[in-house]
Formats: sequence, C-alpha cells, structure tokens
Amino acid sequence: MITVTAARKHYGSFLALDDVDIDIPSGSLTALLGPSGSGKSTLLRAIAGLEGLDGGTVTIDGRDVTAEPPQRRGIGFVFQHYAAFKHMTVRDNVAFGLTIRKRPKAEIAKKVDDLLEIVGLDGFQHRYPAQLSGGQRQRMALARALAVDPQVLLLDEPFGALDAKVRTDLRQWLRRLHDEVHVTTVLVTHDQEEALDVADRIAVLNHGRIEQVGDPVTLYERPANDFVMGFLGSVASLGGQLVRPHDIVLERDHAAALALDAKVADSPGVITATVERVVPLGFEVRVDLRADSGERFAAQITRRDAAELGLREGETIHARATSRSTVVDHDPALAI
Amino acid sequence: MTSNAIDSRGAEQSASPLSRPGSGGRDEPRPDGAGDGGRSGGSTTPATKPNRARVGAVRPLGIGVVTLWLSVIVLLPLAALTAAAFSEGWAGFWEAITAPAAIAALWVTVLVSAIVAVINAVTGTLIAWVLVRDDFRGKRFVNAIIDLPFALPTIVASIVLLSLYGPNSPIDVQLNATRWGLIVALLFVTLPFVVRSVQPVLIEADREVEEAAASLGASSWTTFRRVVLPTLAPAILSGTGLAFARAIGEYGSVVLIGGNIPRETQVASQYIQQQIEIDRPVNAAAVSVALLAIAFATLLLLRVVASRTQRREERDA
Ligand SMILES: Nc1ncnc2c1ncn2[C@@H]1O[C@H](COP(=O)(O)OP(=O)(O)OP(=O)(O)O)[C@@H](O)[C@H]1O
Ligand SMILES: [Mg+2]
Repeated sequence: MITVTAARKHYGSFLALDDVDIDIPSGSLTALLGPSGSGKSTLLRAIAGLEGLDGGTVTIDGRDVTAEPPQRRGIGFVFQHYAAFKHMTVRDNVAFGLTIRKRPKAEIAKKVDDLLEIVGLDGFQHRYPAQLSGGQRQRMALARALAVDPQVLLLDEPFGALDAKVRTDLRQWLRRLHDEVHVTTVLVTHDQEEALDVADRIAVLNHGRIEQVGDPVTLYERPANDFVMGFLGSVASLGGQLVRPHDIVLERDHAAALALDAKVADSPGVITATVERVVPLGFEVRVDLRADSGERFAAQITRRDAAELGLREGETIHARATSRSTVVDHDPALAI
Repeated sequence: MTSNAIDSRGAEQSASPLSRPGSGGRDEPRPDGAGDGGRSGGSTTPATKPNRARVGAVRPLGIGVVTLWLSVIVLLPLAALTAAAFSEGWAGFWEAITAPAAIAALWVTVLVSAIVAVINAVTGTLIAWVLVRDDFRGKRFVNAIIDLPFALPTIVASIVLLSLYGPNSPIDVQLNATRWGLIVALLFVTLPFVVRSVQPVLIEADREVEEAAASLGASSWTTFRRVVLPTLAPAILSGTGLAFARAIGEYGSVVLIGGNIPRETQVASQYIQQQIEIDRPVNAAAVSVALLAIAFATLLLLRVVASRTQRREERDA
C-alpha cells in the first residue's frame, strides 16, 4: 500500500503537484493517466524519492519514507528510455542491485537466470544493451528492477519509446507478469487505451491535481467531470452536454425521436442536425453532423444502422442520446 | 560484433513460465546487428556507387594536399631529426641515448609527467564534475579561466609561478629548482586537457542511469564508481594521455622554475637545449627521437583503448 498525502511540489513558481492525495492498494496495478505536463512523472518520482516534495508525506506499507532517499524506499523504477548500464552485459545489468548488496554469487546467478527467463531474455546474458532491441532493453530494465524484490514497482511511460505493435504486446505481457508476481505497481502513461488495457485502477491527473480515481469501468461510465470524460474516450457535445459518440442515436422521424427521448430523464433532448460527412471506420460508421445551432458533433453508429438509415450528406436528421448514456454537464472551466 | 552471432531465435524458443510478447527479437528493428551488415554491404551495392563516385572526384586532390601538408609539416622534419640522430650510426645513437645525463633527463621527464598525468586525471575529472553538476556564483568565470594556463605563453606561466613559488615567494613556499616545482608548472599548463575532454561527456551523460542505480540501492559513491566512472573512463584516459604527451615535451613553463639541475630537475627538453648549446647535435637529436617515441606510443595506446571501449559499447543513435 502506498499512501501519498497532501503532496505539493513547486518548480520555481510553477505548481507541479497541488495537494495530491492518493492511496494505491497493495498488489494493485494502478495507472497514473493525464496529459503531458499534468504532473504524472513528478508524482511517480516523488513516490520513488527521486524528487523531493515541498510538502506532504509518502508512506509505503505503513512506513513513512518521506525523508528517505530512493536507496532505502524498497522500490524498483523503470524509465521510459531504459536507463540501461551500457558498459555492462545484460546479466550484469540485472545483477546490479544484488551485486552491490554483496549477495553470494550462486544466489545472484540463480536469481538472474530466473528473472531473465521470466522476461524472455535467457540466451541474451552476454549481450550489451546496445545489442538489444528497444523492447528487449525494456524487459531487461524490468528484470533489473525486480531483482531487488521491491515492495513497489514504479514505471514511467515504460513503453513510450516503442512502436505501437511492440507496445501493445508488452503491456499485455506486463499485465500477465503482474498477475504472477503481484508486486504493487504504478504505471505512468498518457495513453488512455494503455491505462484501460492494463490497469485495475486509474488515477486521472490534470494540472497537478487528481481529478478522479477508480476502476476503468467506473471512470469510463461515470466520469466525475468532463475532463475525465474527455480524456478516457472520445466525446461529442450535444446541446451543451457531453456524451459518447456511440451513445448517440439518429432518427429520421422527429416524432419517434421525441417519443423515445421522453423516457430519458436527464438527456439533452432531441437535436436536429445536417449530415456533413459519413466516414466508414470498419465495424462502425462516424457521422459528422452540424446542429441547427451551428454546433458540430459526431455520432458513431453501427454499419447496419447506417445502412438502414441510408444517410447521405446534406440530409437532415434527428439526434438524441440513448437512455443509458454517460452524460456530463459541460463546465468550460475544466476544459482541457 | 561477434557476440551477435548468438542465435536470437534459439534463445526465444526456450520455455518460460510466461508466454513471451510476440515481438521477441524478431519483429523489432535492431539498429546494431542488422545495421552493421547493411552498412558494410552497402558500400558495394550499385545504389550507392554514383554517390561514391561524386565524392571520389575530389579524392585524389584531397589526398594529395593532405599528404603533402603532413609531409612538409610533420614527416619531413621528423625524418630529418631521425637522420640526425643516426648520423653517427646506430652506435652513435646508442651512446648518446645511454649517456647517464640523457637517461637521467628522460627519467625525470617521464616520472614527473606521469605524476602530473595521474593528478590531472583525478583533479580534472573533479573540476569537470563541479563545473557540470554544481551551481555556484561565478561558474561561468571559472569555466572560462580553465583554458587560460593553456593559452598563456608558457614562459609567462613560468614567470608567474616563479614569482609565487620562487626565492621571494610571498606565501613562503619555495619550489624553485625542485621536482615539486616542475610538477606544479606542468600541472598549470596541462590543466585544461582532462577537464575539457570529460566535460562534454558529463553534460551528455544520462542522469536517469544514475537514478536507476540509486533506485537499486547504490550509494552515491557506488553509483559513481560502477556506473558513472566507466562511461567517463575513455574521456578521462584521452585527456590524461594528452596531458602526459604535452608534459613530456614542455619547455617554457619549466625553464625558470625547474632550475635545470642535472639528474634532479633537468628535463629532456632542457637537456636537448643544453646539448645544442655545447654543439652536440647528435645527443640532442637522439633524446628528441626518444621523446618522439614516448609521445607516439602514448597516443597509439590511447587510440587502441578508445577504439576498444567504443566497439564494446556501440551506442546506437
Ligand atoms: N526539473 C523541472 N524543472 C522545472 N519544471 C519541471 C521540472 N520537471 C517537471 N517540470 C514541470 O512540471 C510539470 C509536470 O511535469 P511532469 O514531468 O510531472 O509531467 P508529466 O505528466 O510526466 O508529462 P509527460 O507526459 O509529458 O511526461 C510540467 O509542466 C513540467 O514543465
Ligand atoms: Mg512524464
């Protein structure tokens, strides 16, 4: 369990962490999600002790480590750009934490072999980091961090420097690894898809503050505000409210739309709009619309619905939110 | 790149409790191994030929100019020197080089220069560290002043040092006509070498690597010794080598403070000067050739070490 209380951090006059409180349960995989500059790395580095706080406390498993240096926090840290020890072989990199603790040679050798097998780098022991691909280097860095049996594993955009395919592979692999070793893990990412994919809890940060913490489903379906809603998926602004594009239903018949809408308590009502563009996206179709008020928004409907409607550009259509849709009142002060 | 011969496929196939990410070592671009083969192969493919031909057009002229220049400026004088050293045959050379005074002068030179080089390796690295990592008032001024001893005419350096450490020393430290005097003078003129070669490497150094070491439990000293120092080593070594090479040939800065006492503080350059004055050109040339050989060996050693560490690390872009 990691507990951060009232964490505050200034860089000069800039407030990077603004009274952040967060609990990270033992054994969880928590993602810190937020746009660039929102303070994700600062918070993670404060937990690691790589960055000092101006105020607040950090406790790890009940131990107040606020004044402790990173060496004594029982952490493993993985950096975006691997931070490999270039002059050491893969084996020596992974063994580093154990070697400096002067563990017996046999114990080190066994542990390193086990870890290299877990991360799929057995057979690469004698290579230098420069002779590995990016994904392999990051797995080496992970093995190196795990070698010291950390109480918490902290990863700062660990897959950020890798290409899309490797990134998705590695994050699913990380999820499986986490299910095996159960170490409390905090993962920083600015990619909502990555957070939804691997994390069992997500904390959304914005401007050095935590907007919402929760499991992925809660965050997606019941966002606390329109920032969280906007960050965890695409949104359409419908009559001053934010809805998911796939929660918009299109009807040719205005009366039918109204009748359906009457059952929805808190919906933005029926909006009459002109079809500007119909974009096939594979399984779904995106319909770009312009409301009579001039407001532009997009709806995402299935291919079959689109075919039934037979939409053509320039036509008039009636749009409304479905009954179970996620709706958040738009607050301009919270806009991204 | 022989270690690349390890078959990544074979390694990938061995069993693991967890299934591997599909990417393994195959799909991802590998900048080192594949690139290397491509590069060396590329020079013979037709695609690159026109390019090479265009570059090649200036080649004969370029090579000619470089060869001529090196010949006139470097090789010819060196050849003349060597010829002079052997003008009385091998026996003459041997006699000149094994004269007790000559051996003593060479010994003093190498000993003092080696001490200076070692001190430089430590203090130069320290100064570079402070200049890069610490923030203090007047840092830019200190940074600018590092090159001054190098830029100053060496005889001026000699006078400066003599007035500070000479017989009328204001701080009552008299080093004139001692080996310590030589060492101080040589330290003065060789100050920038290590500093200036370590500084850029330190600026470029990845701080996250040090943070990684700290997160793994390494103390600052352990991090420095096991992580930072190995990456600085080639730069320290090359700076030290240059300082050493400069020190063995130094004349101006030691001429006043050294005192020119044979077997004590007379360095090789002073011995050469003395032999010229008493009209023994063979002796002078022979010792010069010895200095030349030492300097050359130093530079050669540096190259070998540098290329070895470079090959091992093979940083990618
Ligand atoms: N060493 C520093 N000096 C000054 N300002 C800093 C420093 N480190 C971070 N900041 C500022 O603090 C803010 C938060 O930085 P942080 O690195 O935590 O962002 P982040 O959420 O990790 O962003 P990214 O996704 O781009 O990595 C940024 O606006 C950044 O400019
Ligand atoms: Mg960051």
